[in-house]
Amino acid sequence: MSVDTASAPSAPPDEAVTRVGKRNWKTPITLGVLGLFALIVFGFLAPPGEESTFRITRATDFVQIEPISVSSQVAGIALGVLCLVLAAYSFVRIRAWQPVPLWVPLTFGLAFVFAFLTWTVAGTSIPLTNLLQGAIALAVPLVFGAMCGLLGERSGVINIAIEGQLLAGAFLSGVVASLAGSPWFGLIAAPIAGMLVAWLLAVFTVKYFVNQIIVGVVLNVLVIGVTNFLYSQVLVPNREQWNAPGRFSDIPIPGLSKIPIIGPVLFNQNIIVYVMYATVAVLTIALFRSRWGLRTRAVGEHPQAADTAGIRVNSVRFRNVVLAGALSGFGGAFYTIGSTGAFGREMTAGQGFIALAVMILGRWHPIGALFAALLFGFVLNLQSVLGLAGAAPFSSQLMLMAPYLVTIIAVAGFAGRVRAPAAEGIPYIKS
Amino acid sequence: MSDERSGTGTTPEPATDQLGREGIGRRFIRELQGGDWLVTVLAVVLALAIAGVLIIVSDPRVQEPAGYFFSRPGDTLSAAWNSVSDAYAALFSGSIIDFSEYSVGRALRPFANTLERATPLIAAGLAFAVAFRAGLFNIGVEGQIMLGATFAAFVGFTFDLPVVLHVTVAVIAGLIGGALWAGIPGVLKATTGAHEVIVTIMLNNVARLLLLYLLTKEAFQRAGRQDPISPFVGENATLGQLFSGSRLHVGLLVALVATFVVAWLLNRSTFGFQIRAVGLNPSAATTAGMSVGRTYVFAFLLAGALAGLAGASEALGTFHFLEPGISGGLGFDAITVALLGRSQPWGVVAAAVLFGALRAGGGRMQAATGTPVDIVLVVQALIVLFIVAPALVRAIFRLKEPKTGPVAVATAGSEA
Repeated sequence: MSVDTASAPSAPPDEAVTRVGKRNWKTPITLGVLGLFALIVFGFLAPPGEESTFRITRATDFVQIEPISVSSQVAGIALGVLCLVLAAYSFVRIRAWQPVPLWVPLTFGLAFVFAFLTWTVAGTSIPLTNLLQGAIALAVPLVFGAMCGLLGERSGVINIAIEGQLLAGAFLSGVVASLAGSPWFGLIAAPIAGMLVAWLLAVFTVKYFVNQIIVGVVLNVLVIGVTNFLYSQVLVPNREQWNAPGRFSDIPIPGLSKIPIIGPVLFNQNIIVYVMYATVAVLTIALFRSRWGLRTRAVGEHPQAADTAGIRVNSVRFRNVVLAGALSGFGGAFYTIGSTGAFGREMTAGQGFIALAVMILGRWHPIGALFAALLFGFVLNLQSVLGLAGAAPFSSQLMLMAPYLVTIIAVAGFAGRVRAPAAEGIPYIKS
Repeated sequence: MSDERSGTGTTPEPATDQLGREGIGRRFIRELQGGDWLVTVLAVVLALAIAGVLIIVSDPRVQEPAGYFFSRPGDTLSAAWNSVSDAYAALFSGSIIDFSEYSVGRALRPFANTLERATPLIAAGLAFAVAFRAGLFNIGVEGQIMLGATFAAFVGFTFDLPVVLHVTVAVIAGLIGGALWAGIPGVLKATTGAHEVIVTIMLNNVARLLLLYLLTKEAFQRAGRQDPISPFVGENATLGQLFSGSRLHVGLLVALVATFVVAWLLNRSTFGFQIRAVGLNPSAATTAGMSVGRTYVFAFLLAGALAGLAGASEALGTFHFLEPGISGGLGFDAITVALLGRSQPWGVVAAAVLFGALRAGGGRMQAATGTPVDIVLVVQALIVLFIVAPALVRAIFRLKEPKTGPVAVATAGSEA
């Protein structure tokens, strides 16, 4: 079959506006309830007369900007009203049978988070730049993990083994960088480790049709077992030789890194973060604008049709799963040579599963996943920053629950239509 | 009748096509069911062999003679043999029988420890298996165990009730705790179609944080302690010891009773029939007039109660208090246990005893030979990997295909 037949008639079903069936009111309702909550709790119930201060620049910055102080109550009310306006807009869109554009929940999330923030820091101040810079750092492995997950699921393979791939990447990058004496070698080794795990996943699920979730869970156990074993047996006794990889230092981009807020946050990070930007951009274009992307999505949505058009379904899946493994393996390098500079037992700490949540919150779209990952990173970092400032209004554990609860709300469909690729999880068996 | 769902999709695969040929998926599934005990044994042997290689290459006692391998290869080989045989001998004597002890009671103490480790695995394994039979992936066993343990321990250390009654109430509280937590994904799946894998994974994290949060509260804090640890449960609320010198407790008997009940429910009751029917083919079950959603909810409630039992068993029988690591990954071991037991109630018991032995013996192995206990995880994962792909084991050992499945999945897979 020629290429033309493959790329012809597969308009993304996402955007199709149909008047069949019922309108889904979950988005406006959820946004409305949350907006009302923000207006009342963060606005009207905020302590009157207190000020929330955001420190923008640090002492070392080129341009100094005065810290911004706002009245906590006024800001809370304003942001709460903004949330309600967005909820109303989504209501109008739904009533007119039109989809709610992605920027609405994104802006809503931003406004909600800032309302929460002004409420939290009422009476004290918070370093905004540090907060955001840390959020990006914490989001890096989540972004790579989510890219891995969505590449697999877009082609029809559920990848529960992201956790194992991140951990394998972290382990091998740490060990190779230690032995070779340069973190750059670790950066080469990390994707290979992820690909090895992904290769196992692909062999069992795509070739042998074993259930994808089972294999994913078992591979996680396997990688945790192997890395823990080698860590205790080899890395701990010979620390200098095996587990001293060093780490990348931040590379400020000349010029751009001097911009207040944005500069230090976006353009003064290490190489892995810059690769992350590139990965998200490339994957977005490749998935939605290239022949490969069209085939990938076809295989994930309707493998029979793709097969009819001459696409070899299982070899596309196999290649994509292994490629995805390279991505999350690379992300795993962030744990060792990207941040802490040494490998630790189970140091991914379940973040591979959070990456799955990130992927779903981002609606299986690289850009969406990027923002969802930033949300998770932000909450994680907020918790530690507030903990340091002693300003946490309530228990850090409860605050850390928020992203998980948001994910549950999202998958339950309360926050808009979240639809997985149609054929994910189903082995394609040619008959 | 176990691993029917090789594909988890919502669209059921047709069993046969128009020409009456059997689909490869079906064939594979039948092979899973027909997977005989030989495959299981070989999977265990293969897993131990691969783990053995890992032990050898990482052992410094082997690495040293390996440096002059080509001048005296015998040194390396004997060192390798010693490395593995010492480790596995310690694994055995730490889990089954310790021949170095003189009295029978003391010699069998390792086996009692094995059963003690198997106890929560039985209940937790059933928690995964029951949901799996309904076609659900209960990845949330870990969180359900935590909630069960929290409820059970709370009743245990807060109230003061008479003998028997106290422990009964505490265990029931554990069942309720687990069931409530598992009810969330059940209800969400039934009403909104939210995928249970994602919801349960998220709820595991929420449960972990909830437990940490509760342990900072006064009602859960042990007097005079700053770290997150609860008071000891009352004497009357503990599950009694069964075997002196070991931590084996009455929880084992409760878990076995639970196995009886689950086996009866699944194989003999209407409820169990519905679970199996929905698990095999939700569309057909709907056509037959069953409520798929309600079955999902009940399956999750039952699964959660079983996980809660595992939590109660740990809190009241093994730990006697509550701490953040009360579950310690049991919920994930439970998945491998249930898969190895092919989701059959008594198969789960057998698998739990095997993995309990690996756990109990692993501790002894680490103490005696310095081989990290983590190798047990590797063995566990490899066993299950081989079990779910029996074609792989058959190919490695050049076994004949079972008569029921004439075409090997390995060859069928490559043509697709």
